[in-house]
Amino acid sequence: MPDTTTIYIDGKEIKAQKGENLLNVALKNGISIPNLCYHKNLSPTGACRMCIVKVEGMRGYMASCTVNINDGMKITAFDDELEQVRKTTLEMLLSNHNDDCINCTRDGDCELQDLAFRYDLGKSQRTLKSLVENTECYNDLSSPVLDYDASKCIQCERCVKACYEMQGKGVLSLAGRGINTHINAGWQEWKTSECDGCGQCVQSCPTGAIVQKPISGIRVRKKDIEKKVTTTCPYCGVGCQLEISIIGNKIVKVEGADEIPNFTKTCVKGRFGLDFVDRPERLKKPLIKLNGEFIEVEWEEALNYTAQKLTEIKNKYGSQALMGVSSARCLNEENYVIQKFVRTVFENNNIDHCARLCHASTVAGLANSFGSGAMTNSIEELEQSDVILITGSNTTETHPVIATHIKRAVLFNNAKVIVIEPRKIDLVKYSTLWLQEKNGTDVVWINGMINVILNENIQNQKFIDERTENFNELKKTVEKYTPEYVEEITGIPTEQLIQAARIYAGAQKASIIYSMGITQHSHGTDNVKSLANLAMVTGNIGKKSSGVNPLRGQNNVQGACDTGALPNVYPGYQKVDDPNAQEKFEKAWGVPLSNKFGLTITEMMDKAIDGEIKAIYLVGENPMVSDPNISHVREALESVEFLVCQDIFPTETTELADVIFPSASFAEKDGTYTNTERRVLPVNKIIEPIGESKPDWWIIQEIAKRMGYEMNYSSHKDILAEINSLTPSYAGITYDRIMQGEKLQWPCPSIDHPGTKYLHKDKFTKGKGTFFAIDYIPSKEIPSKDYPFVLSTGRVLYHYHTGTMTRKTKALPQYVEGPYVEINDTNAQNLGIESGDTVKVSSRRGKIILQAVVTDKVAIGSVFIPFHFAEAAANMLTNNVLDPVAKIPEFKVCACQIEKVISNPEKAKICACQMEK
Amino acid sequence: MTELTLDKFEKLKNELKSRQENNNNEVIISAGTCSIAAGAKDVIKVFIEEFERNGINNIKIKQAGCMGLCHVEPTLEIALSGMPSIIYGNVTADIAKKIVEEHIINKKVLTDYTQDRPANDIISEKQDNKSEQKQFRIVLRNCGIIDPENIDEYITRDGYSALKKAIFEMNPDTVIEELKKSGLRGRGGAGFPTWMKWNFSKEVESEIKYIVCNADEGDPGAYMDRSTLEGDPHSVLEAMAIAGYTIGAKQGFIYIRAEYPLAIKRLEIAIQQATQYGLLGNNILGSDFSFDIEIRLGAGAFVCGEETALLASIEGERGMPRPRPPFPAIKGLWGQPTIINNVETYANIPVVILKGGEWFSKIGTETSKGTKVFALTGKINNSGLIEVPMGTTLREIVFDIGQGIRDGKQFKAVQTGGPSGGVIRANYLDTPIDYESLKELGSMMGSGGMIVMDEDDCMVDVSKFYLQFTVDESCGKCTPCRIGGRQILDILEKICSGTGTKDDIEKIKLIGQAEKSASLCGLGQTAPNPVLSTLHYFNDEYMEHIEQKKCRSGKCKKLVTYSVIAEQCIKCGLCARNCPVDCISGEIKKSPFVIDQPRCVKCGNCYSACPVSAVSNKSEAVLLANH
Repeated sequence: MPDTTTIYIDGKEIKAQKGENLLNVALKNGISIPNLCYHKNLSPTGACRMCIVKVEGMRGYMASCTVNINDGMKITAFDDELEQVRKTTLEMLLSNHNDDCINCTRDGDCELQDLAFRYDLGKSQRTLKSLVENTECYNDLSSPVLDYDASKCIQCERCVKACYEMQGKGVLSLAGRGINTHINAGWQEWKTSECDGCGQCVQSCPTGAIVQKPISGIRVRKKDIEKKVTTTCPYCGVGCQLEISIIGNKIVKVEGADEIPNFTKTCVKGRFGLDFVDRPERLKKPLIKLNGEFIEVEWEEALNYTAQKLTEIKNKYGSQALMGVSSARCLNEENYVIQKFVRTVFENNNIDHCARLCHASTVAGLANSFGSGAMTNSIEELEQSDVILITGSNTTETHPVIATHIKRAVLFNNAKVIVIEPRKIDLVKYSTLWLQEKNGTDVVWINGMINVILNENIQNQKFIDERTENFNELKKTVEKYTPEYVEEITGIPTEQLIQAARIYAGAQKASIIYSMGITQHSHGTDNVKSLANLAMVTGNIGKKSSGVNPLRGQNNVQGACDTGALPNVYPGYQKVDDPNAQEKFEKAWGVPLSNKFGLTITEMMDKAIDGEIKAIYLVGENPMVSDPNISHVREALESVEFLVCQDIFPTETTELADVIFPSASFAEKDGTYTNTERRVLPVNKIIEPIGESKPDWWIIQEIAKRMGYEMNYSSHKDILAEINSLTPSYAGITYDRIMQGEKLQWPCPSIDHPGTKYLHKDKFTKGKGTFFAIDYIPSKEIPSKDYPFVLSTGRVLYHYHTGTMTRKTKALPQYVEGPYVEINDTNAQNLGIESGDTVKVSSRRGKIILQAVVTDKVAIGSVFIPFHFAEAAANMLTNNVLDPVAKIPEFKVCACQIEKVISNPEKAKICACQMEK
Repeated sequence: MTELTLDKFEKLKNELKSRQENNNNEVIISAGTCSIAAGAKDVIKVFIEEFERNGINNIKIKQAGCMGLCHVEPTLEIALSGMPSIIYGNVTADIAKKIVEEHIINKKVLTDYTQDRPANDIISEKQDNKSEQKQFRIVLRNCGIIDPENIDEYITRDGYSALKKAIFEMNPDTVIEELKKSGLRGRGGAGFPTWMKWNFSKEVESEIKYIVCNADEGDPGAYMDRSTLEGDPHSVLEAMAIAGYTIGAKQGFIYIRAEYPLAIKRLEIAIQQATQYGLLGNNILGSDFSFDIEIRLGAGAFVCGEETALLASIEGERGMPRPRPPFPAIKGLWGQPTIINNVETYANIPVVILKGGEWFSKIGTETSKGTKVFALTGKINNSGLIEVPMGTTLREIVFDIGQGIRDGKQFKAVQTGGPSGGVIRANYLDTPIDYESLKELGSMMGSGGMIVMDEDDCMVDVSKFYLQFTVDESCGKCTPCRIGGRQILDILEKICSGTGTKDDIEKIKLIGQAEKSASLCGLGQTAPNPVLSTLHYFNDEYMEHIEQKKCRSGKCKKLVTYSVIAEQCIKCGLCARNCPVDCISGEIKKSPFVIDQPRCVKCGNCYSACPVSAVSNKSEAVLLANH
């Protein structure tokens, strides 16, 4: 219990907690002590000196933001002396401030302006000489997303602290002395610094010193904003809450909302990358392909045509010839409707979505080990972990806001981070240990760590005995994985492995974080189960701040899985071959349902080429860039008789479609997403739909109706209510609760249930946790004479998935414009390659031409290519070999060759844009 | 050198002492930075050469630190058995040769060049001269006596005996008790009781604690700490180790400005030698106590002398102050309890431990015990590094020790406490120096800079000089210091250029009060002191600048016009000869000289050169008013 005490501010009796911040307490109690450098989310700075008070028994004036409350403190907050000094101090600030309020985007929204007004310090009331003209100019306009105007800077350091304390980055600092003190990014300017454009500084600035560059070309002041809507970010799985400002159906400003899970933080994409929504390229009308040309048609015609074609194919080839692909980019409600459509109208379970390509192995693996395949803990719990083991996740780039939690844990809570990664990712800088494994050898080091733990007898035997099964099998299997054996295969030095095992096992609260580096392998499910083994051996699961946390990539990949867009389960992971489930859904949906597992996306491609699949209904996916072995994908999509696409933009995939429906973007519809920590978050309509675009659920409903299945949802509300009624884990996550601001984590079985912060407390979902004894199976394609390099693919911070959204924004391509391949310095030297050279990378499946980036980020013998860029699509090269259980392809390991094409860096850029076919 | 245990240490000390008693023939040459600048190296060379030439090999030539006689550098002392020790000043190469010939070979003292010893030696009981010496050397007890690069000489003079005593005969509580008895207060300026600071840190439970020495002496005109470190680095190391023992710290840092290369070099040598002897490092003198010291160089920011900024700088952050509380003694370096004392405070501590708090407390005044070192500079005859008991009056310092004002000019004021202090006017010369009295006068003890001013100094100009310094050195963190200082400076510029108004004075007071009361750290809180104190004591000079557009000392160039008063001119031409820009014309013995005003650079050479005071330095405005 915190220690409560009574203090007296100007004689007023106030109850407060000992150690609480005095200024904060005063403000909470309506005593408005003026302040500028203080921010409740940041450590006190005591720089502006506006919040000075007198504290009985302390010499001189104290900055109240730096005073912690003590028993019975007596404080004078207002008297003539204090007010005089404050006024003089404020006048000093104003004398060195370029108060060009008339042309300032912060006019009406400026804390300095507010205080100047409060103290009646207009220009004519001031007595101090203006210093602005005589002060050197340190403006910095070089960042793609923001501008720094030193003449409006009051040196409060809020930006510096926001960058370091909230984002854990520390890019900003003060430079210069005295009157020339100014904000500096990195060593020189913003552009060349490590600033990644998250804009936390913009949001924290009390004046117009750091402001965003205009989004959508519109300069904006507070008073110009027509409305502000809080919604969920459409990019990654973190689910940041964004406050979006609108003028004239355009997004003009984005701020991080001070709500769970991001508490004002965002990344560069969330804050400066939403301007894609009204790009002219948006699909505005339905399109039908006639003689190879797309023709705009009215909705009615397109809907009728599509329903008719699908019905024809179903009648001609039988119901197994149709397949639906849903999208992790769509709402929960939409995924629900799409899978329902496939199951009731196509009369099969051929429904899948891109989770197949990212976390299928997680869903399969963790469900087997623990009973449910999701992040066991909440994002915010990471900050309290003693140890965070990160493997196969470049968190900084893929889940930037989660990375800030990790960085904060290290910087402010003394957490130890162990990074186990072939690549030298950003978090290595924050790590206690970096184990550089060879690609695809995860099972080996995990077994090795368990070997060390058992050998040193530092396992949690009580946990093993009471809560798990099959331990002896595991014990036998890991015996041969001695540190020496592990070093031989993984390249991880024995000492490091032992140290990592000790640190992880020795922690009170240890979290594992992983992502595609674990899952996208032909043995992805094995990898996941092995991590589960590691957590259970040490008992680091089922409690706060310790667990196994797969970071889900897309905004709603968790929700798409939860709502049944998978070939083997109904919403809520109710198995299609479970007669009870089948009966339940037949009753609810009023038609007989198949109990046979459907096809996965990856299987679908083969079946399409084989001629078994004749029609594909594809919602919000772009497999022509995102799926492995693109030549194979093209062949598959070209083989089917009828391909329907729903999307917001034309893509490499819609080119192959017979019908394209224009979808409404996240900004144009209502509904929910479920983020990576199982939290259901509201998506609120911000602007009117662009063109004639429609929500995906509406389009599907119209097709369903025309194919003879009645769907009559009047809004997303109806759909959510149906999800509540059929999905036990979502039963309590109702529209009303969401609207009341509750952000619940499933399982939430009833309307009075508070949601579940972490899973498997006291008991695993499946009862006892199961150890799986797993042996190492090498990746399917290993380097050979002709293809001597190992290729991994992945993402970069500035782009999302196939770039359909991010590449259409104004800011993001200024950071990363196009495709490139990372090559280790040593290899590059041997091949005579320098950064900027054009190189050809080829595998057994294809070739691409792109620019080389020579770096020590990748290990010798490895290369890395981000997969966002269609003009040099990494997935031309990747291997479509599958994990036998989860059917996930092996994106992370394939063999390739590199050759230099052109060494002229000037020409390099042009050539990189032409994909060799 | 081998690592010493307690027994071996005692043995070594006794050996060294007896060796010294048997042969103390030596030439001790002051070789601090200032003496070297004055030519000490040449003098040393002469001695080496002459000794070789004359086959003298039983006299040691030794480099020591500062003897305190800055006005007569280079200085040296000759101690020969059978003769009294003699100090010579203003020694050039020629005089050095003469000294070898006369004093050393012929045993005849060259009385023309001898100097008085500034103070008795409190370590060796042999006292030589006058009983009414004004100076008393505790801090500087070894400066100018020992070779700072030879640890044996320090040990001979009871060095490290205090550390030994603390570890083997005392416990942390009794050390603090002794400090408490001594009444020692921090010599960095604020005068916080040292025992209390140490006790705070001692009481905090923490695995890790730190001892920091603040050697970031930055006041213009101050060189007490540099001289102490150059002359006696071990006394600081020893005291830091005692502090470590007392509070339970294992690591010390000396934060010293990079501008002090000789002090750094001598500290490095001292640390190395102490470590080799086992007086630093693991298990000191075979005890359980371990203590290491590292040097951290400051990069030239004045604010890094402020303790929290200093800590930030050691941590590798930008050197900016942090709010207090928490005070460093509780939460300092990397959040751990940290004692920060300055060089002078530390240098006192071995003496306090060895001679006892009671002995120490007998020196000084009721509230301020012990001595204070000052760097006495400015318009004074005997400038120098002096150490006087607290309670000595300014008059004694200026007129007895300093021997009055140069060139027979009038004493005007003395500035204490550097840019953080203030000026004290002649009518307060009898004020005894202690923390409280100086504060009452609107100045402060500061770290010990003491600058004497005469009638030629303009007080507005002086305050402008100090303010310019603090404005340049403001770290820019808090508003009142960053902007307030600059605003006052601009107003002073205005006054000095003759466009000031009476309102400006009120403005200065208003801004000054805000800067003083609302600034975050000591730099800002004290930065207005020079201007506020000159406003208080020399208001008339400000008013002259404002109302009469006159600068009586001629320092404010814009207010001065040099002109030759034709009626008084004796046509000697001295003014023209001394003019650097040839703007004075006239014919010797024929016509009065005339200054071409547009070309005049207002250097004042003509004014000083004129033998009959026929050059006037009145401002144009004054001249106009007179017409």
